[in-house]
Amino acid sequence: MANFDQELDASGLNCPLPILRAKKALNGMESGKVLHIIATDPGSVKDFEAFAKQTGNELMESGEEGGKYSFLIKKS
Amino acid sequence: MSDTKKLAIIATKGTLDWAYPPFILASTAAALGYETQIFFTFYGLQMLRKELNLKVSPLGNPGMPMPMPVPVLMQALPGMQSFITGMMKKTMKDKGVASLEDLRELCQEAEVKFIACQMTVDLFEFDTKDFIDGVEYGGAATFFEFAGESDICLYI
Repeated sequence: MANFDQELDASGLNCPLPILRAKKALNGMESGKVLHIIATDPGSVKDFEAFAKQTGNELMESGEEGGKYSFLIKKS
Repeated sequence: MSDTKKLAIIATKGTLDWAYPPFILASTAAALGYETQIFFTFYGLQMLRKELNLKVSPLGNPGMPMPMPVPVLMQALPGMQSFITGMMKKTMKDKGVASLEDLRELCQEAEVKFIACQMTVDLFEFDTKDFIDGVEYGGAATFFEFAGESDICLYI
């Protein structure tokens, strides 16, 4: 996994909390910085794709390991 | 006219389950950059109370999943509604679903505008002191001022 600047553990949280928490974290970050998000909600896979597409923040990586989903989002 | 997308929601229901869609959609839309307004009318006004005490009832709702089958007449027994509400709240908490209070707060943090229908506030003699801060009051024309320019308009 690539480097990241900040991490957000959204494990155990359900829709729409992972997205809302991620948005909040990104708000406090500078442009170009990368946020690493961990989630357990299976719906978050499609949701983070849609979030990135609509907000212009780049989804650099998306993966799953042992029931944990992980995303790297670069702030636009 | 700005390029910002707009979402207008009318919230008309005052039960625990039906209070979720407006707050979930509004908070998410705000996170996606939408300018969002919720117009609360009739029973939807209950969602603005400082102390949320919304209930859910299996009565008249055969689609509600129950851990065990409960005959309709038994669903009408005293205490049943509170019991089912408590069960629903616990299940939600266990599954990591946000509380309505949290979602509502997230909406307000994200500058979702709350408008209460003045007519139904008067009709039901609600005391606006019981409502959370930051609520505006208006009528149908107020709603259309925003809804007419919205990209998405939902009646819930």
